[in-house]
Amino acid sequence: MKTFHIGGVHPAENKLSAGSPIREAALPKQAIFSMFQHIGAPAKPVVQKGDVVKVGSLLAEAGGFVSAPVYSSVSGKVNKIDAVMDASGTRRMAVIIDVEGDEWEESIDRSKDLVRLSDRPELDSKTIVEKIKNAGIVGLGGATFPCHVKLTPPPGNKAECVIINAVECEPYLTADHRLMLEHPEEILVGVDLIMKAVDVTKGYIGIENNKPDAIKLMAEKAKQYPNIEIVPLKVKYPQGGEKQLIDAVIGRQVPAPPAIPISVGAVVQNVGTAYAIYEAVMKNKPLIDRIITVTGKSVKNPSNLLARLGTPFQQLIDECGGLPEDTGKIIGGGPMMGKALLSLDIPMTKGSSGLLIMNQKEARRSEPQPCIRCAKCVSACPMGLEPYLLSKLSAMEEWEAAEKNDIVSCIECGSCQFTCPSNRPLLDMIRVGKTTVMGIIRSRASKS
Amino acid sequence: MKPIISLSPHVHGGDSVQKNMYGVCVALLPALAASLWFFGLGAAIVLAVSVASCVVFEWAITKFILGRNTCTICDGSAVLTGLLLGFNLPSNLPIWIIIIGALFAIGVGKMTFGGLGQNPFNPALVGRVFLLISFPVQMTTWPEVHQGLAYTDATTAATPLSIMQNAITSGDPTVLSNLPSFQDMLLGVTGGSLGEVSAICLLAGCLFMIWRKIITWHIPVSILGTVAILSAVLHASNPVYAMPTQVLCSGGLMLGACFMATDYVTSPMTGKGQLIYGVCIGLLTVIIRNWGAYPEGMSFAILIMNAFTPLINTYCKPNRFGEEVKK
Amino acid sequence: MNVILIAVTVLGAIGLVSALVLYFISHKFAVHEDSRIAQVAEVLPQANCGGCGYPGCSGFAAACVKAADAGSLEGKLCPVGGQPVMEQVAGILGMAAVATAPKVAVVRCNGTCENRPRNAEFDGAVSCRVKNMTGVGDTGCGYGCLGCGDCVSKCQFGAISMDAETGLPVVDEEKCTACGACAKACPRGIIEIRLKGPKGRRVVVLCNNKDKGAIANKACKASCIGCGKCVKTCEKFEAITLENNLAYIDAEKCKMCRKCEEACPKGAIHGFNFPPRKPKTEESTIQSTQTPNVEPSKAE
Repeated sequence: MKTFHIGGVHPAENKLSAGSPIREAALPKQAIFSMFQHIGAPAKPVVQKGDVVKVGSLLAEAGGFVSAPVYSSVSGKVNKIDAVMDASGTRRMAVIIDVEGDEWEESIDRSKDLVRLSDRPELDSKTIVEKIKNAGIVGLGGATFPCHVKLTPPPGNKAECVIINAVECEPYLTADHRLMLEHPEEILVGVDLIMKAVDVTKGYIGIENNKPDAIKLMAEKAKQYPNIEIVPLKVKYPQGGEKQLIDAVIGRQVPAPPAIPISVGAVVQNVGTAYAIYEAVMKNKPLIDRIITVTGKSVKNPSNLLARLGTPFQQLIDECGGLPEDTGKIIGGGPMMGKALLSLDIPMTKGSSGLLIMNQKEARRSEPQPCIRCAKCVSACPMGLEPYLLSKLSAMEEWEAAEKNDIVSCIECGSCQFTCPSNRPLLDMIRVGKTTVMGIIRSRASKS
Repeated sequence: MKPIISLSPHVHGGDSVQKNMYGVCVALLPALAASLWFFGLGAAIVLAVSVASCVVFEWAITKFILGRNTCTICDGSAVLTGLLLGFNLPSNLPIWIIIIGALFAIGVGKMTFGGLGQNPFNPALVGRVFLLISFPVQMTTWPEVHQGLAYTDATTAATPLSIMQNAITSGDPTVLSNLPSFQDMLLGVTGGSLGEVSAICLLAGCLFMIWRKIITWHIPVSILGTVAILSAVLHASNPVYAMPTQVLCSGGLMLGACFMATDYVTSPMTGKGQLIYGVCIGLLTVIIRNWGAYPEGMSFAILIMNAFTPLINTYCKPNRFGEEVKK
Repeated sequence: MNVILIAVTVLGAIGLVSALVLYFISHKFAVHEDSRIAQVAEVLPQANCGGCGYPGCSGFAAACVKAADAGSLEGKLCPVGGQPVMEQVAGILGMAAVATAPKVAVVRCNGTCENRPRNAEFDGAVSCRVKNMTGVGDTGCGYGCLGCGDCVSKCQFGAISMDAETGLPVVDEEKCTACGACAKACPRGIIEIRLKGPKGRRVVVLCNNKDKGAIANKACKASCIGCGKCVKTCEKFEAITLENNLAYIDAEKCKMCRKCEEACPKGAIHGFNFPPRKPKTEESTIQSTQTPNVEPSKAE
């Protein structure tokens, strides 16, 4: 079975909601749309207080090329445009809408019948990318990189294949799993669209082996698509990391930054993004909702909710049995790379793949001990780095040595800290070093 | 409810320093049983005194000299050092010498550098070599096996290593016929330090540690492999040198290769580095054993290579992801 | 006996030859440095703290010599040695000593555990830089002191320490040399190296919060809400500016009248090292953590 070749760890899977079919979450009373739901320049509001909007109305236009527009997922009136606390832990600009009814823009096709690429021969690569751009699609795996930018390779780079990331290696999260079980055909059309967009003839869908039902179903449905291959992958974290996925599926390793996956000819997209692309191109539906896994050991009803963007997390957890008494941490995302949140009054965004409630016992870290130089972090690191060394150099502020030891290649997966027997906060310190060194590199580049 | 915030990751794999230290202690249980079986009361006293004094000294130094309030003896590293130090000693060693050895091992070998994780040399070996140089007579008289309740009054005899050294210095290969049978050497029915005699128990412990992912195969395989190859070459060139099978089961080679050289703190951090480290230890051991003044070269070989570990770490970096493409 | 003689002779010869070789090489490869640099470096405190802006004391000595040749020692100040050392340096170089105003580190935050409630628990590496990466942190104020002591660990002079009760750092004005290490260490730029002021007195806005008034108010009792009352009271001297919802007092224009301190509805402005004033009107009872010589204005 294929897998990536360096490092990796095996956190407990805890896929509590794997058997829970997707259900629609209720509409919120007030929806909050952050202008910062993607990597790149913030979106710029085009509405003002008092404007009436429908589901699918444009709220904010893209702030540049590497940016994405934001659409309303509800119908109602714009309450205000203000800075509110969002999932980043800081206060940032958002459009706040008081919800009234559920009226959709007429241009959106709400029918459920499948539309294949062969039904739309007029769709060419340029049109597809344009539709994706205008729909505000960003990477739904959590990175939220604007999709149309990835589908527009920089000059000198040629895409050779499309790889769909259906790995979902984060413990607890099951949104992609359920999506594959419930909408396999739409996903495959989405993959077909992506392949057309970058003009390649080979597509792969990588699925971790702990989802045998999804592998079987997707393989069955993919028979109609001779150019799309389903690739089962060994269960190992972080198999879902972009670089690790490319290494496993086509055996090529993306070199250190500033190289990006397109330099080895690969275009990687999350399976949820592929589905969103299908809806955008074939049904004229902009990105207004997504599947989010609400889960946790003490949560009464771990579920996969199809929720409208902008819904506060409080409402989502209420629909799954309410916030448990013994809550310690509220995590946006999964336990390995998610962000610990300050409260549940934070709105759901394009990148919200999960809401994980950890109880007090699980949430607390153990007391760190001195480094015993066991080198387990070195064996665990999927990028072949030496976390013990990078952490120490960051603490000692030795930025030159940190740069020489390739600290910028760190993908912040957390495997090192997960493994460390001394419970050392390795990734905490490496992050400080990585941000500082990247700043140094940027200022060096701008000076020359 | 005040939520807890921190940066990711928010889960931990559950490994701890304790699990690893006590895991090694568990791996040493077969050798422990063998030492008690073969050396009786002497073994019990030596090991008990060694472990107890190492733990007490670490506690006392941490609290009174370093002035720290943390309880480091709970992590199991002092117990392990005590056990390994004891395994390097003969079963008739007087208590006062063991205590001095423990004080040097923990006090100088570990605590002067700042405690766990900071020492450049293996503390148990530092203690052992200190005792060897300071008390050469007591440290090189080895009791015979199966003397039950005898302690400092046990009768001593020649060990396989001293027989091998004799053969080389006298130039007479027939001396080697005095060596115990291979089976005896494998099981441990020979003279020697407490922990080193039973090769098979040590190997079992080593396999246990590799299975539990406490250590990797690199160091034991590279050391034993190098020694096997070199002694095979030597034996083929001149029958004065013992056979590789006999060399592998003799002296502290097995104990050193599996438990002393694999010490986390003092060994290299990458597989590549560990292989180089192991090969050099094997080479040095063979050289010191055959052409040096001491019959046992393992302790010195490991300590010498401990000094090279930082250098090995600087030059042996793991393969970076995406490196091959650069070339 | 013969052996000893041979040994002594051989080793003695080796020693002699090595000494001669070293002597000639040290002269051939000698680095010629202006002797004044060594003279200046000798009177410097040797702290090598970088507070002067140069790499170490020898770097500063070289810069002083260079400046002296250019005509003036303006701008050259060793904060550790202060005026006495600079006068010595000027003497060595035959220049007039330039008088520079002494500075001190000021922690511009009064968000004590009492004033600024904690609404989360931080569990991670005890480092301000790490805690800052979580976002606003464990309080409602994203600009206030994080309390992990990065500033304390950077101070070479033991001039700043953490007050366990308030959770804020306290500067010891006697020991502080204004080298700037703590200011650089703070990821939120809370610490300012400010003029010490005449008789060591200064008036400072002890807040770094740039959020809108309502948010700042909710987060901390002692925050600056950007209301601008202080700016109005200082119309005569124009020493206070309001930018990004935060007031700032220009130390060079401030006339130490303390009218702004009285006017501030939140008690965010504090005077340091003033003699105790007679209690006048009902004012906020917020205590400053850094003014041991000032009595808090009492409520009547």
